[in-house]
Amino acid sequence: MSLSTSIRCKRAGHALGHSVLAAALLGGIAAAQAAGPALDGTLKKIKDSGVVVVGFREASIPFSYYNDDKQPIGYSADITRLVLDQIKNKLELPGLQVRQLPITSQNRISLLQNGTIDFECNTTTHNESREKQVDFSNSFFIVGTRLLAKKDSGIKDFDDLKGNTVVVGAGTTSEILLRKMNAEKNMGMNVISAKDHSESFLTLSTGRAKAMMMDDALLAGERAKTRDPKDYVITGTPQSFEVYGCMLRKGDSQMKTLLDEVIAKAKTSGAAAKIYDTWFMKPIPPKQLNLDFPMSDTMKALFAKPNDRVTP
Amino acid sequence: MSYKWNWGVLLDPVVTGENATYLEWIVHGFFITLGLTLCAWTLALVVGTVFGVMRTWPNRFGQAIGTAYVSIFRNVPLIVQFFVWYFVVPEILPAAIGDWIKGVKPNVQFFVVSVLALGMYTGSRICEQLRAGIQALPRGQRQAGLAMGFSTAQTYGHVMLPQVFRHIMPPLTSEFLIISKNSAIASTIGLLELSRQAQQLVDFTAQPYESFIVVTLAYVLLNFLILRFMAWINNRISLPGLMGH
Repeated sequence: MSLSTSIRCKRAGHALGHSVLAAALLGGIAAAQAAGPALDGTLKKIKDSGVVVVGFREASIPFSYYNDDKQPIGYSADITRLVLDQIKNKLELPGLQVRQLPITSQNRISLLQNGTIDFECNTTTHNESREKQVDFSNSFFIVGTRLLAKKDSGIKDFDDLKGNTVVVGAGTTSEILLRKMNAEKNMGMNVISAKDHSESFLTLSTGRAKAMMMDDALLAGERAKTRDPKDYVITGTPQSFEVYGCMLRKGDSQMKTLLDEVIAKAKTSGAAAKIYDTWFMKPIPPKQLNLDFPMSDTMKALFAKPNDRVTP
Repeated sequence: MSYKWNWGVLLDPVVTGENATYLEWIVHGFFITLGLTLCAWTLALVVGTVFGVMRTWPNRFGQAIGTAYVSIFRNVPLIVQFFVWYFVVPEILPAAIGDWIKGVKPNVQFFVVSVLALGMYTGSRICEQLRAGIQALPRGQRQAGLAMGFSTAQTYGHVMLPQVFRHIMPPLTSEFLIISKNSAIASTIGLLELSRQAQQLVDFTAQPYESFIVVTLAYVLLNFLILRFMAWINNRISLPGLMGH
């Protein structure tokens, strides 16, 4: 800036000191206007540090899980990639350093709030109690909470669970719904809350629990991991529908706009449908199994009209 | 940091429909942790004493068993031991027994498994402290006991162990404090103890800092109680002329 101004001064030959200063000021304002409003929040942090930190889940098939090279892959991992591309574009930082950090359902909100991670797109349900602490982007997935049981167990719906042991993931919406149902309908169930999806499934497959309640897409993922997926059925009336969104720091409007735009564009352009097809309708690693989990009507509606509502 | 403090959440009714407040969950977790600590500690003392004596008993076979016990239980990570007791043991037992175990109420299973895992692990550490205490006694103590016509068992019971336990009170106090905190690992198999209740609060209220602060204070209280208790015991059993008294 100062160099170009001084060259201009020499050409003009008779510039006065204060007009040079004015030109420099004007030039500065023009440059800032060209780049849009000043960055703030997470985007500013990323621009200043040259690093973006993304949270990912390690064992949520087919949303975010490790491939053989210990890299997170899956439906949500692909969405994350789209977001990262857009951040690189917007900040004009093609060489942006991306750091990936494994998170759990217990630490994800704290890590986001204290700045350890910048955002996460995984399997986090957008609900009202979380809205008090964080913001959510447009939703990118909708699940129903249902049951997984062994075929010969005779469990067809939630009423069959009376007096049985059922396993759920600790801290999930399924746990809340199931324990509520147990208390309100006096069903006499034993509810085991397991630390993660694999442990829930281990509890089911070793016969400790008769059924496992979880988001249906994750149930399909757990089933696909087993030696014999045909032994298990996904069953029961959905007890709720949950929307997954990207989680970001509260009040960070620039970051939210960016996330919203990426997700809306992915849906309306058909890119998200292609990603869905890859992970839910085709064979996926590690065992090349097909989840065979067609898109629900509620999700088709979401894809047609992207939004960030809590209820689908 | 964009955090909204809300201490009132502790008195809110829980979201899972049971008739309780979040504070009651924490209190409940505190008593589970207390119960688990006391039960596991009792088991650890018994097991540690038995094997500690075996490791010094003049009998090769007993010494070998004591050494094997220590090398297995002290060298395998505690969390792995929890998983082995909970997931593996019922599978390698005969199917009928395994199925019976898996049919027991989950909460009872969690508690018993936790007592076993914690007790057997801490027992191996107490065993070594006891052995060190026994070996640190002047050799004349054992010899004098035997010369008086005591059997080996009587020498241990009347002469050696009463001195050894007084000597190892400080490390025993540490073990007691450690076992109360190691008990948090029981949360990984599903026991709703103190740390697990904190996690539940985080999950269901999205107020992690309030939850962890309250639970930290609860652990501090528990450790304070243990310290006072052990100091009281130490006072009661101290003898003039032993350990600088």
